[in-house]
Amino acid sequence: MSAADVLPTASGPDAGGPAARRSGSFWGDVLRRVRRNPAAWVGAVIVLLFILVSILAPLLAPYPELATPGREHLRPTSLPGIGEVPEFPLGIDRFGGDVLSKLIWGAQASLIIGVVSTFFGLLGGMVLGALAGAFGGWVDSVIMRFVDILLSVPHLLLAVSIAAILGRTPLAIMIAIGVAQVPIFARLLRSSMLGQRGADYVLAARTLGLGTGRITMSHLLPNSVGPVIVQATLTLATAVIDAAALSFLGLGGGRPETAEWGRMLTYAQNELAIAPTLAFLPGICIMITALGFTLLGESLREAMDPRTRKR
Amino acid sequence: MLRTIGRRLLLLIPTLFGLTVLLFFWVRALPGGPAAALLGERATPEAIERINEAYGFNRPLPEQYITWLGRLLQGDFGNSIETRRPVLEEFANRFPATLELSVLALLIAVGIGIPLGYWAARHHGRLLDHLSVGASLLGITIPVFFLAFMLKWLFAVQLGWLPTTGRQDRSVDATHATGFYILDGFLTGELDASWNAFIHLLLPALALATIPLAIIVRITRASVLEVVNADYVRTGRAKGVSKQIIRNRFVLRNAMLPVVTTIGLQAGLLISGAVLTETVFAFPGIGAFLANAIFARDFPVLQGFVLFIAIAYALINLLVDISYSFIDPRVRIQ
Repeated sequence: MSAADVLPTASGPDAGGPAARRSGSFWGDVLRRVRRNPAAWVGAVIVLLFILVSILAPLLAPYPELATPGREHLRPTSLPGIGEVPEFPLGIDRFGGDVLSKLIWGAQASLIIGVVSTFFGLLGGMVLGALAGAFGGWVDSVIMRFVDILLSVPHLLLAVSIAAILGRTPLAIMIAIGVAQVPIFARLLRSSMLGQRGADYVLAARTLGLGTGRITMSHLLPNSVGPVIVQATLTLATAVIDAAALSFLGLGGGRPETAEWGRMLTYAQNELAIAPTLAFLPGICIMITALGFTLLGESLREAMDPRTRKR
Repeated sequence: MLRTIGRRLLLLIPTLFGLTVLLFFWVRALPGGPAAALLGERATPEAIERINEAYGFNRPLPEQYITWLGRLLQGDFGNSIETRRPVLEEFANRFPATLELSVLALLIAVGIGIPLGYWAARHHGRLLDHLSVGASLLGITIPVFFLAFMLKWLFAVQLGWLPTTGRQDRSVDATHATGFYILDGFLTGELDASWNAFIHLLLPALALATIPLAIIVRITRASVLEVVNADYVRTGRAKGVSKQIIRNRFVLRNAMLPVVTTIGLQAGLLISGAVLTETVFAFPGIGAFLANAIFARDFPVLQGFVLFIAIAYALINLLVDISYSFIDPRVRIQ
């Protein structure tokens, strides 16, 4: 059984057991507090819009992903900017691509990279964190030393070096960003589980003769996973920025006209003097998306923080 | 005190040792091995065989690792594939540039961040507070290379106030004694050279400073808010302690501990940010060189630089921990 099988039922309101009942009311409380926070609403709207645009990209984007329909408008010393050519409302880039379409396709690319890499990071971090938190002792020591080693390199640099070694492909970028996230999730889950290990209900379960595996899966994990989920929301923001940074550094692979926000920025560098909007638009997209996930994540964290929960 | 430092330095050894193992096997775990990676598209079976022979990649892995580690310990990090010069030398040539950039960025971040955070906390709940919180949120979410772009576009391309690239104009005839260009100017009395280096540094440093600045503002604000309401501050006020003493000795000093920790953690951000910022401004530091090494698949440089940076990162955090005991005497006892 994987962690994913356990989580939805155990943390949902309809699950049985003492642990689940507690987390049900807890999540209800968190949700109520998040709903009252205007920052959370702003974040949620941005995130929702971003997800909608990404999923509906094939319908919304006027042109296909790699299309270069504006080729005949290209001039060596100028590029049509915002509103200059009606068919291309946000202008065209050096390849003749429609900027609006590329921004929309870029949202999809960012969402995929962000979600998949955070999934990798979560998976790796949760497996390591759960093993360390559940078994303690030498398992804990070995895993945490490994995590320390990963943490001894700044995370973007870690991602860059992994991606550089794995080769310039989108999958390499996702793995690289995911691995760079592993230490955060591992440490968070471990410390959260260590806090739960001494709890009465865990003791009770142990007295009943449940094994470590069972206790971990159905008691420790569901009750410790909250901070990890919040961190995942915040990590999505960093993942979007990091993905853009890696493709900005030329690690994305594929064709140069690929619609990715980071890559659009790379090529905009050469046009800074004649078409600055080519840099502004993808940059603003990255910023707004990161802002959305950050606002949502921080409101969630605030709502779950026991120190502020009395308000 | 010395014992604590010694213990921490000793603890650093297994971590760095682990990192060398990781770095070593990372490259070797590649499909086709490092030879194929080095050759890229030019890889033919014969060429791979030749590289394997030349670099000793055909020996047993543990033997290769020991050889590599032995050389590392003697300060031999291998040669750059791209420039064919020793990695150590390449690093030493470029490190002062990045250090100069990071220090200026950190000075900007700390110099503006702490007063701004304090000020926001003192105006808690008012418009100014909301503005600084909002601005710092934007500062955290803005990609550093995008900000670098915008600064370059506005101040260098549009307004033409500051240079777009490099570390110093070629026309400036400066003597470089230490590799720290600003310092060199002061040492040799060539103040115009210092100034020229400074204006080259300003935009990259501003870009690099933004994220640490935003984080420092937030932490300072939160930390001051926590301390301002502490009992001892109220007691101090009730006893008629002057406002300055309350601010400097009661509030600021106690609020600084989390801020200093955060500043230490920014070291990682600065190094990562330097890779991106230096690329945008063609600033000849370790960041830009590292970015080139990625393109060139220059593994000796990549491995060596990552190791150097990890060491620098660890030392900075050690320094931060030591500084605790100066800020908070309670830490000294433990």
